[in-house]
Amino acid sequence: MNVSNEKIRVLVAKPGLDGHDRGAKVIARALRDAGFEVVYTGLHQTPEMVVRAAIEEDVHVVGLSILSGAHNALVPEIMDGLKKEGLTDALILVGGIIPEDDIIELKKLGVHMVFTPGASLQEVVDYIQANAPKRT
Amino acid sequence: MDEKLKQAAETWKQRLAETEKKNPPRPTKFTTLSDMDVPLLSTPLDLEADGFDYLRDLGFPGEYPYTRGVQRNMYRGKLWTMRQFAGFSSAAETNKRFKMLLANGQTGLSTAFDMPTLMGYDADSPRSKGEVGKCGVAVSSLEDMEELFAGINLGEITTSMTINGPAIVILMMYYAVAEKNGVPKDKVRGTLQNDILKEYIAQKEWLFPVKPATELVIDTIEYGTKNYANWNTVSISGYHIREAGATAVQELAFTLADGLAYVDRCVARGMDIDSFAPRLSFFFDVHSDFFEEIAKFRAARRIWAKLMRERYHAKDPKSWMLRTHAQTAGVSLTAQQPHNNIVRVAVQAMAAIMGGTNSLHTNSMDETLALPTDEAVMIALRTQQVIAEESGVANVVDPFGGSYFMEGLTNRVERETLEYIRKIDEMGGMIAAVERGYPQAEIANSAYHFQRQIESKEKVMVGVNKYAVKEESRQMNTLYIDRSVEKKQIDKLAQLRKKRNASDVAAALEIVRQEASLGKNMCPSILEAVKKYATLQEICDTLRSVYGIYREAGSF
Repeated sequence: MNVSNEKIRVLVAKPGLDGHDRGAKVIARALRDAGFEVVYTGLHQTPEMVVRAAIEEDVHVVGLSILSGAHNALVPEIMDGLKKEGLTDALILVGGIIPEDDIIELKKLGVHMVFTPGASLQEVVDYIQANAPKRT
Repeated sequence: MDEKLKQAAETWKQRLAETEKKNPPRPTKFTTLSDMDVPLLSTPLDLEADGFDYLRDLGFPGEYPYTRGVQRNMYRGKLWTMRQFAGFSSAAETNKRFKMLLANGQTGLSTAFDMPTLMGYDADSPRSKGEVGKCGVAVSSLEDMEELFAGINLGEITTSMTINGPAIVILMMYYAVAEKNGVPKDKVRGTLQNDILKEYIAQKEWLFPVKPATELVIDTIEYGTKNYANWNTVSISGYHIREAGATAVQELAFTLADGLAYVDRCVARGMDIDSFAPRLSFFFDVHSDFFEEIAKFRAARRIWAKLMRERYHAKDPKSWMLRTHAQTAGVSLTAQQPHNNIVRVAVQAMAAIMGGTNSLHTNSMDETLALPTDEAVMIALRTQQVIAEESGVANVVDPFGGSYFMEGLTNRVERETLEYIRKIDEMGGMIAAVERGYPQAEIANSAYHFQRQIESKEKVMVGVNKYAVKEESRQMNTLYIDRSVEKKQIDKLAQLRKKRNASDVAAALEIVRQEASLGKNMCPSILEAVKKYATLQEICDTLRSVYGIYREAGSF
C-alpha cells in the first residue's frame, strides 16, 4: 500500500436516476484497496446532493459515474455547485458511456479526465496518484 | 462393460500423462466464465458417478422435468420469438422503430423506457432533467402510450414492456389502449417485466420499500389472472442480476428465489397455484461461456419444474414449465473494436438456442457506445435469422442432451443453485434476504473478483486486455438523442395538463390514495386514474405518500 494514498479522499458519486452501479462499486472498492479513503454516495443523487457530500467530506477527488446519457445535464450543475462552494482544486473524474464529442465538452467545463468502458482499475488509481491535489 | 470401460479409462489417463509431459496444457485456468472447473473429458463413468437417470433427469421435451425444453417439437413447431428491445426519445420515434422491426420480420415488440419513466417521474419533473428519452422512450401519460402503439394492432402482436417500479401504472395504460381500440381481453398478449425484487438486487430502479412494492406485483398477478388470461404478468429476471456481476449460478439461484417469493405471496393471498403459475415467465442473460450457458438454461427448467410440483403441489403441467426470454450479454460487449461484438452476440445467441430459449434479443454491436443505430439493430436481428434458417440448429431438440460433459455441468449448476436457494430459504425467503442485502453483497463480490481477473489477464476480453490495438478514435456512427426531445415532451405534458379535466383527475387520484391506504388491489383504481389522463408521476407520488420511499445504504 502506498502510504501517501491514505491522505487522499475520494468521493464516488452516482448522480441522476441511473441505477447501473456495478462500475461505481467496483471502482470504489479498487480505490479503497489501493489505500485511498473512499466515500460512496449511493444511488440516485441530485447534483446538489453530490456537491454537499464533496464539501462535507472535503474530498480531493470527485468521481462521477454516469451511464444513462445524462452527463451533459448533470455534470455542468455539479461543476457550478463545486465552484460556488469553493472546492476549486479537486480532481474531477467522470466514468461511463460518454461519446467522444461530449468528452471534449466535459473537459472544457473543467473535468480532468473521462474514463470510458474498458479503462482498467490501475489506470484510474495511477491517474489519481499522479494528479490529486496536494493540500497542506 | 463397466470394468472394461474403467480399465480403458485408466490406460488412457496414463497415456495422457505421458502426452502432457511432452505437450503440457496451456498456462491458463480451464474454468468456465463463472470459475467452475471444466474437465478435459467426460465419459459414461462421470454420468454414472452422478447417478444419472435418463427418465428422471431429462425425460422428453415437453414433458416433466422439461430439461430438454418446454415444447415437444421445439423449434420445428415454432421458432423462438425474435424480440429486439427498442425504445428511445419520443413515443412517435419509437413507434417508427417498432414498425421498421415488424416490417423486417420481427415477431414481437419489446419496449425500453427512459430513466424518469422507470423511476415514476414525469418528463417535467426536476429529477428528470437530462434524462428524458435517453435510455428509452418517455411515457408520462396515457397519451404517450397511445402514440407509442399508434397504427399497431395490439390483438395481433405480443408486447414486452421492461418496467418494474411503476409497472402497475404502465400496464394499466397498456390495457387502457387495448380497451380503447376494442381489442378483446383474451387477445391482449405480452409480458410485463414487473420483477421488483431484482431491482433491489441489481437494476436499482425502485420507488417504494420492498414489501409494499412486492404487493403491487402481486396485485397485477391477481388482476391479470382474472382479466387478461393470456398476459404474462411477471418476467422474473436474471438478466440484470448477471449484468450487475453475478455468476451463472448466482443469476439462476437469485432469479428462481425471486420467483419463489412471488409464488409465496400469491399463495398467501389465497390464490390457487395453478391459476397464476402458468403465466409466470423468466428472462435470463446469455453470456459468452457457451457450455455453461446451455447448462444454465437446462438446469433452470428442471429446478423450477421440481419446485413447482414438489414444493407447491402444482398439478397443471403449465405451472411446471419454465418459459424464458433470453438476451445476449451487454457486459460482454466492448467499446474497443466494436465489430467483434457481432461475433460475441452470434456465439451467445447460439448458446441460448441450444439451451432451448423461447424468445431472444440479440444485442447490437454499438451498445457500449450509445443506443443502437438502425443498421446495428438490423445486423443483430439478421444474426438470429441466419442461425434459425441457415445453420440447421433449429431442426433438432436439445442437441446437447446426453452429452457426458453437458449433463455433468447441468447437474453441477443445479446442485450449486439449490444450495443458494437453501440459504435464502433459511433467511426467510428472498424478501428478507434482500432487506438484509445478501444477494446485493454476493453480486458485488463477484463483480469485483471478475474485474480483478480481467486486470490480471486471468480472463480474456479480446481487444481489451489481449489483442488490443491503438485506436485513433472510435469512429462509429452512433445514435444521438438531443435535448430537444426533453423540451417537446415537457411542452406536450403542459398541453395535456390544460386539456384534461382537472377535477376528474384529482378525484381519481384520491381514490388511488384511499385504496392504497386500505391495502386493496390497486389495479382498478389506477386503471381509472390512467383513463382520466392522470400522469405517471401523479399516480406514483400518490402511492409514495402512502407507502414511503426506498433508500439503499451506500455500501460497496
